Amino acid sequence: MRKVWQTPGGIHPAENKLQSVQQPIQPLPLPPRLWVALNQHAGAVAKPLVAVGERVLKGQMIARPQPDSGTALHAPSSGTVVAIGPHPIAHPSGLPADCIEIVCDGLEQWIDRDRHPDYRSLPRSELLVMISERGVAGLGGAGFPTAIKLASDRPIELLLINATECEPYITADDSLLRERAEQMLVGIDIASYLLGDPAERVIGIEDNKPEAIAALRTAIAARSDKAAAIELAIFPTKYPSGGEKQLIQIVTGRELPSGALPAELGIVCQNVGTLYALKRAIVDGEPLISRITTVTGKACLRNGNYETLIGTPVSALLGHNQLQPQRLARLIMGGPMMGVALPSSELPTVKTSNCFIAADASEVAPEQPAQPCIRCGLCAEACPASLLPQQLYWHAQSQQHEKLEAHNLFDCIECGACSYVCPSNIPLVQYFRAGKGEIRQQRAEKAKSDFARERFEFRQQRLEQQERDKQAKREARKLAAEQAKAAQAQGDNGAAEDNSAAALIAAAQARAAARMASPQQQRDKLTRAITSSRARLQAAEDKLTQAQHDGADHSQLQALQAAQAAAAQKLQLAEQKLAELAATDSASSSDASAAPELDAASRAIAKARDSAAAREAMSPSEKMASDLAALDKRLAKLQEKLELCEDSEQRQLLESSAAKLQAKRDALHTSSQGDQHGI
Amino acid sequence: MVFKPVSSPHRHGALSTARVMQWVLLALIPGIAVLTWQFGWGTLINIAIATVTALLCEAAALSLRGRPVGFYLRDYSAAVTALLLAVALPPLAPWWLVVIATASAVLIAKQVYGGLGYNPFNPAMVGYVVVLISFPLQMSSWPTPLGLLSDASQPSLGPSLAAVATGTGIDGWSGATPLDLFKHGVNGQLVSDFVAAQPLFSQALLAGLGWEWVNLAFLAGGVLLLAKGIFTWHAPVAMLGSLALMALLFWDGGSSHSGGSLLLHLFSGATMLGAFFIITDPVSSAVSTRGRLIYGALIGVLIYLIRVWGNYPDGVAFAVLLGNFAAPFIDNYTLPRSYGHSRARRATEQSK
Amino acid sequence: MQPLWELVVANPIAAAVLALVGLALLFGALLGFAAERFRVEGDPIVEQIDALLPQTQCGQCGHPGCRPYAESIAAGEAINKCPPGGQATINALAALLDLPAPELDDEHGEASEVKKVAYIREDECIGCTKCIQACPVDAILGSAKMMHTVIAAECTGCDLCVEPCPVDCIDMLPVETGIQGWQWQLPPRPGLIASDRQPHSGAAA
Repeated sequence: MRKVWQTPGGIHPAENKLQSVQQPIQPLPLPPRLWVALNQHAGAVAKPLVAVGERVLKGQMIARPQPDSGTALHAPSSGTVVAIGPHPIAHPSGLPADCIEIVCDGLEQWIDRDRHPDYRSLPRSELLVMISERGVAGLGGAGFPTAIKLASDRPIELLLINATECEPYITADDSLLRERAEQMLVGIDIASYLLGDPAERVIGIEDNKPEAIAALRTAIAARSDKAAAIELAIFPTKYPSGGEKQLIQIVTGRELPSGALPAELGIVCQNVGTLYALKRAIVDGEPLISRITTVTGKACLRNGNYETLIGTPVSALLGHNQLQPQRLARLIMGGPMMGVALPSSELPTVKTSNCFIAADASEVAPEQPAQPCIRCGLCAEACPASLLPQQLYWHAQSQQHEKLEAHNLFDCIECGACSYVCPSNIPLVQYFRAGKGEIRQQRAEKAKSDFARERFEFRQQRLEQQERDKQAKREARKLAAEQAKAAQAQGDNGAAEDNSAAALIAAAQARAAARMASPQQQRDKLTRAITSSRARLQAAEDKLTQAQHDGADHSQLQALQAAQAAAAQKLQLAEQKLAELAATDSASSSDASAAPELDAASRAIAKARDSAAAREAMSPSEKMASDLAALDKRLAKLQEKLELCEDSEQRQLLESSAAKLQAKRDALHTSSQGDQHGI
Repeated sequence: MVFKPVSSPHRHGALSTARVMQWVLLALIPGIAVLTWQFGWGTLINIAIATVTALLCEAAALSLRGRPVGFYLRDYSAAVTALLLAVALPPLAPWWLVVIATASAVLIAKQVYGGLGYNPFNPAMVGYVVVLISFPLQMSSWPTPLGLLSDASQPSLGPSLAAVATGTGIDGWSGATPLDLFKHGVNGQLVSDFVAAQPLFSQALLAGLGWEWVNLAFLAGGVLLLAKGIFTWHAPVAMLGSLALMALLFWDGGSSHSGGSLLLHLFSGATMLGAFFIITDPVSSAVSTRGRLIYGALIGVLIYLIRVWGNYPDGVAFAVLLGNFAAPFIDNYTLPRSYGHSRARRATEQSK
Repeated sequence: MQPLWELVVANPIAAAVLALVGLALLFGALLGFAAERFRVEGDPIVEQIDALLPQTQCGQCGHPGCRPYAESIAAGEAINKCPPGGQATINALAALLDLPAPELDDEHGEASEVKKVAYIREDECIGCTKCIQACPVDAILGSAKMMHTVIAAECTGCDLCVEPCPVDCIDMLPVETGIQGWQWQLPPRPGLIASDRQPHSGAAA
């Protein structure tokens, strides 16, 4: 028999386990609807992969986990997705959360199950991905993704298998071991392979489960001699021995340092339910879609363990067990010591639903107002972590957060042993939970406010920097201005003209003059002016005649006449200017072609205009001919480029444009041909 | 309907404050019975007066504070204070003495601080000390045990009630307690000679006649409470142990200067009452088991010091009050080593 | 020496007074020495005060940011002027400075239980950058003639951007915590006042 140690504290509540193990594990009738909650695991909420209206098969993945956080979710039965949205779930707050609702079609049609009995031939990384994709999570209570736990890169010496089930009422693990111990052992082998075959594999179990112990012994003995050894560590029943920290202390005598993970001690803990699910996932190819759930409590006429699909409404479970609603005082998910009181039974089960207690009035502690603390110290005696619940109570009540942390509030596992023994009925665990919540919130706010302070200070710096830059520029400009003034005062010789303002002005004037230099541009401008003046004159005359016709009064007539006169004058001026220009133009027409001051742009414009004018003059057939000639020229240029080109991408581009041009040319050619034949 | 979240755990152990107090009352019965047998009706009359006074005072204080009276009276703590005072005060003490003691215990030592759970000092001991210092004459008139009375019977009910009502004692009835006798009576004699000469000691088994039975009865009651798990063994065992140790250390073979034998100290005065009923009051004692060991030991030492070198024949009340003073300090230095930490903290340490 | 001794012997009161004065001087000297010799250099008080303020930089206290307010608290200003911090901050400051903790001074704004975050209605935003310039923690993304938007994770809810917006397109929306942000609450304090009594069966008379 393997040596076991004792934990401090602990209590011995009435076990109440016999009522639910009178029968083997029963199946449940398929419920008409299933709700798969998206936030089932420790970690971030999963993202749905299916849409409303889609048909899903049994075992099909319907939600993907966030990277490195959470596992996948699968359809527990075949059917149609009818809704993805908020639905009440089993949470102490009673608030709803997003669920995928599936209406079952009753066919229970499976996906193609990908079985791997030879898992040792797969590389570990692939196996871990498979575990994550098949939704295996910790079924002992927290729902921690198994793939992350088994992916530990530290050396693991001990695989500790948790078969303790220390809470009263719960018998799910007990019945699993009684009936399916060999399958669970296969799960141990898979986990061992993933952890690099640790030296020791120990199953920790309490002595109140003799049948399960016998079944385990039989299953272990039935294994081949080559299989690695699995030890049983049987220890006296005490609540809470099933907590990870307590189990490590009982089986190894060592304590997990505060804030550390078991992997740092070379230990990995797994629940028997998780290991069984591991075997089903890898060897049988079935993702985690069901688990064994205990239904118990005096308000149900029948108690027992059931193979429950994840997402089954609790009302279905209770109804199957002949719930008597008038006797129901409290519905608890989990055990009586750490379980969650549920607001109603219209909620779905989740992966961590190991037990539902439909408690009647005799099975729950009545809600009494708390009496003052009499400092009896029974809570400190019961605490398995050797904390001082009494001091934690005083400090939580007065919200003294530093003192709470100094008394190791975060080492509290919220087992409830202290509240159980308190003679004054003080709800100690609620105080501790509230205290932890407040401290976490404060830490988050502090982080946020520190971040805001950083941003604010950076902003101050940025603005100051901007100011400094502006100031520097101002200085530079002032300096430049002073220098310029100094240069000016020195006189004409010396001093770079480029920097003087006068030179700038002169240059601007020259540019303006140059703009006016082009006769063609001037002519165009004047022509435009003439046409617009003509139009204005015409309009003014029309208005005048109209007014005269309408018999407007004298002042209006005068105004219109004046307008007409002004327009006529403008027209005259413009025509005059044009005449002058024409005269000078003809004088210098011989120089027109030279036009040395004309820039390239105006030359190109002139050219284009000329060619456009020429086109106007051409006949359609001549036009087509010239177009063809132009296209040919372009094609020839492209061909040249293509020959020179090295880059394959560019070649492709050039070839495609060449092809286009070729097509155009051919089209034009045929139409011109047609034209020529006089269509 | 807004759902009000109910926190786990959803079941509760059998113990409640009222139940604890009821067990204490039960365990006092053997002692009360022996007191009545040895010293007559006085104790029972005391109990009656004290209980009535305690309940009235507590009810008055609670209603003045605006608290629900029935809820708080139902925790039996006032009754326990009253009974402890009643057995500690001299039988057939004047009624006003009992009333003053009880009233100061409940009102000053308990309600003013905030009621049950908030008092730093043991209320019964505070009440006792108040009247001990204020009325030394009445507090030092103790009765003669049954075995030493000439007519072998204690005063009957009628004269007892009259004596309590008027405040006058009964003639020829009062005598010295064993500790009183030992303190003031030994004049240059060897202890063995002194003991042989005094019928109070010579006729007794262990210590003083009559008083030894009282202490044995309280010891029995205490063992019952220990067996029931009402309190842990640490404080009583530490107190008795340290008292015994002190007595042994300073027993110089029984000369005229000696402080008294081991048995004398253990079975006289209020030793057993103190060990099992007074220092185990959880509100005013140290919290952790290690702390309780130190607390009990401190009280034991102080009892011996006051008895032998102090002014009073019995020092339990003062020793307990001094221990109450020290309890928070002891708590500071006896925090347990929590799981996962390498050493125990001091309560004054800052968190990191 | 002799006449003094005789004086002391003759007048016990004088002796008592002398003794007490002498002891007072002795202990005073000891304490003064200890205060200097064993002085602990802690954080400058302004840093500690600033660490307790919520850093929304909203200016509701009348100072242009949290640091200036921290500095004036160190110089003696009232500690109850910060609405975003609420009573919790006032209590923390009172504990730090060993002062009584007053109620929040409503003149500077009310403390609201719900945290708010700014939201720009993008249909109406004209891209004027006035809100960007107003935000003390640069939580608004955008530039001239480009869409402006609030980075919700960095917004402290200080309200300073709402005023400058010329088209009034900024709303302060309450932050939804939902199921992820739910916490257990402290149970009701024991020692019920008779008027607060809850209707329990079998409880108080």
